Amino acid sequence: MLRYLVRRLLAAAVILLVITVITFFIFFALPSNPALLACGKTCSPSRLAEIRHSLGLDQGIATQFWEFFKGLFVGRDYGDQSVRIHCGAPCLGVSFQTDTPVLTTLLDDFPADLSLGLGAAVAFVVLGVGLGTVAAVRRGKAADKAAVGLALVGVSVQIYFVGLLLLYLLVDKLQILPASGYTPITEDPAGWFQGLILPWATLVIVYLAMYTRLTRSSMLEVFSEDYMRTARAKGLPAGTVVLKHGLRAAITPIITIFGMDVGALIGGSAVITESVFGINGIGKLAVDSVQNSDLPVILGTTLFAATFVVLANVVVDLVYGLVDPRVRLA
Amino acid sequence: MSLQTSPQPADVTTAPPPFLDVRDLRVHFPTEDGLVRSVDGVSFTLEKGQTLGIVGESGSGKSVTSLALLGLHKGTRAQVSGEIWLDGRELVGLPEQEMRALRGSTVSMIFQDPLSALHPFFTVGAQIAEAYRVHHRVSKKEARDRAVEMLRRVGIPQPELRVKDYPHQFSGGMRQRAMIAMSLVCDPALLIADEPTTALDVTVQAQILDLIRDLQEEFGSAVVIITHDLGVVADVADDILVMYGGRRVEYGTARDVLKQPEHPYTWGLLQSMPQIEGDVSRRLNPIPGSPPSLINLPGGCAFHPRCTYKGWVPEGRCTVERPELLAVSGTAGHIAACHLTAESKTQIRGDGAARAAK
Ligand SMILES: Nc1ncnc2c1ncn2[C@@H]1O[C@H](COP(=O)(O)OP(=O)(O)OP(=O)(O)O)[C@@H](O)[C@H]1O
Ligand code: SF4
Ligand SMILES: [Mg+2]
Repeated sequence: MLRYLVRRLLAAAVILLVITVITFFIFFALPSNPALLACGKTCSPSRLAEIRHSLGLDQGIATQFWEFFKGLFVGRDYGDQSVRIHCGAPCLGVSFQTDTPVLTTLLDDFPADLSLGLGAAVAFVVLGVGLGTVAAVRRGKAADKAAVGLALVGVSVQIYFVGLLLLYLLVDKLQILPASGYTPITEDPAGWFQGLILPWATLVIVYLAMYTRLTRSSMLEVFSEDYMRTARAKGLPAGTVVLKHGLRAAITPIITIFGMDVGALIGGSAVITESVFGINGIGKLAVDSVQNSDLPVILGTTLFAATFVVLANVVVDLVYGLVDPRVRLA
Repeated sequence: MSLQTSPQPADVTTAPPPFLDVRDLRVHFPTEDGLVRSVDGVSFTLEKGQTLGIVGESGSGKSVTSLALLGLHKGTRAQVSGEIWLDGRELVGLPEQEMRALRGSTVSMIFQDPLSALHPFFTVGAQIAEAYRVHHRVSKKEARDRAVEMLRRVGIPQPELRVKDYPHQFSGGMRQRAMIAMSLVCDPALLIADEPTTALDVTVQAQILDLIRDLQEEFGSAVVIITHDLGVVADVADDILVMYGGRRVEYGTARDVLKQPEHPYTWGLLQSMPQIEGDVSRRLNPIPGSPPSLINLPGGCAFHPRCTYKGWVPEGRCTVERPELLAVSGTAGHIAACHLTAESKTQIRGDGAARAAK
């Protein structure tokens, strides 16, 4: 088990390294000119060269990568004698725009993504599995058709549409809710909750569809299994048959997808939701950094998200081993 | 058609009603292609301590019959009619709640493939204990002890350790033993074994059959053994019911049916019995042709498209007139549905024996 974990983590590290290399070369090889952007409109050639030098952009790309890679483990110092920025290990670089270490910004923004992602994930998995189970049990009946119809709507709408609609209806028109946004839970728990209701609802509407359909089909498959007939043949009540014997088996494939979704969401993939509701999360950070050609931040957000997805993979495998006794983690 | 339901001699005036009395059972499934008549007018009786073997090829309606005995068609689209009397109670019309109380406790079932019939995510012990706790108000600990005890009874070595294993950690034979332990955990009065040995190799098959027989003696249950292999029931059954296309074609005591089979389909089954000696997996002379459609059963005798003896019956009666289940003279309750005359049968059987002797 421990050996398996170590092996998986090593493999994850290798994957992350590959992602780092690819992202680095894609963005740093692009014909963008961050130095010019940083320099502003009235920029003399000598100032430009200075900035290029201080950003390290005058070096060869291989050297730049090596500096970056080294920084991950030992940290880095940026700038010249006048302005000196220390970026401690693991250093993901320093933003061209704000001169703050990328990791600091990421960690500042992370609680917002964690709140948004985890909250929504718990809600959509509970609701989705519940609805899917009801639909499977009532297959072909009204409840099934309603659940499937709902799922269909959820699949076809777009996040920004749902988000803006909810905002317009509940905040502007009916004024049931205060404006959305992120308040740290440590500052104001009630505000934290209220501000996130709509973003959560938006994500739930969009993700619910998939989980409902997944659970429904997984459940229906399980219903046709022999062991379900055995469960009935024992004289178990219908509820126990469905919830204990059925759900226990049907949930297994859902765990995998749920793990990935959670990893991606808290890694900052709820970009559109963040921007619709004005949440300063990692998704928004990523979008801004692309607009500003802020290469270190682009790289940092990409790596951050990738780390969560890769780690989610490892966690999913471990959980799978616990849930399915037939899987031997060795 | 004869509704005669028992091959056992019964004293009409004084005999109590049979323990299990199935009368004209029909299980039909409406499907897009038409009405599937999986079981169509099947009757039989069974006493406590006795064993009935239900024999027939794949698709002859054996499993559907057994599921009806457990009331497992309730709540599905299956249309069930007829009567199933168990110990004075009629099961076909019984509400699901009451049927559920009988399932696993009074009537229980051993399924064909223990690997798929046991839940892969629960330990064997938990599954047996669960079956006990549904019908008994006992603590988890007591139920677990009972599970260990049952595993010991069915001959699983080190039951107190194996009780914690998952089904996939058991061998095929052990899984079937565990399945048997689970089905007997509440001392059922009626045990149905649906092809209990098909998934097992021959030596294990014999062990499992011995086990069922021993346990039956111990518990005094009535047992229905379902199989497509007459060899399986030859040793253990008191009565044999041969099914074809959802109907009875022959029914009688095991002695009568095996010694003097009356129906060409039974002859076919007997000839296709795997021989215990020699190459075990080789089946001799399987019946040519394939099982009939249950939506459009062939007219006349349902077996006629595959019957090699229909020529012995004059005027092509086999294709137009459905043979009735008639009593075989000189026997108690042996019935068969075939137009062949007694003389023809004797002659054909003689030929077969002569050929087999060569
Ligand atoms: N739910 C159902 N809907 C439609 N048809 C069904 C259903 N269940 C069973 N049948 C049909 O009923 C027929 C009899 O099935 P059954 O399982 O009883 O056969 P069997 O004698 O047990 O065969 P085997 O030896 O293969 O187990 C089959 O043709 C099957 O297709
Ligand atoms: S009735 Fe005719 S077809 Fe049917 S089994 Fe007898 S001989 Fe064969
Ligand atoms: Mg069957």
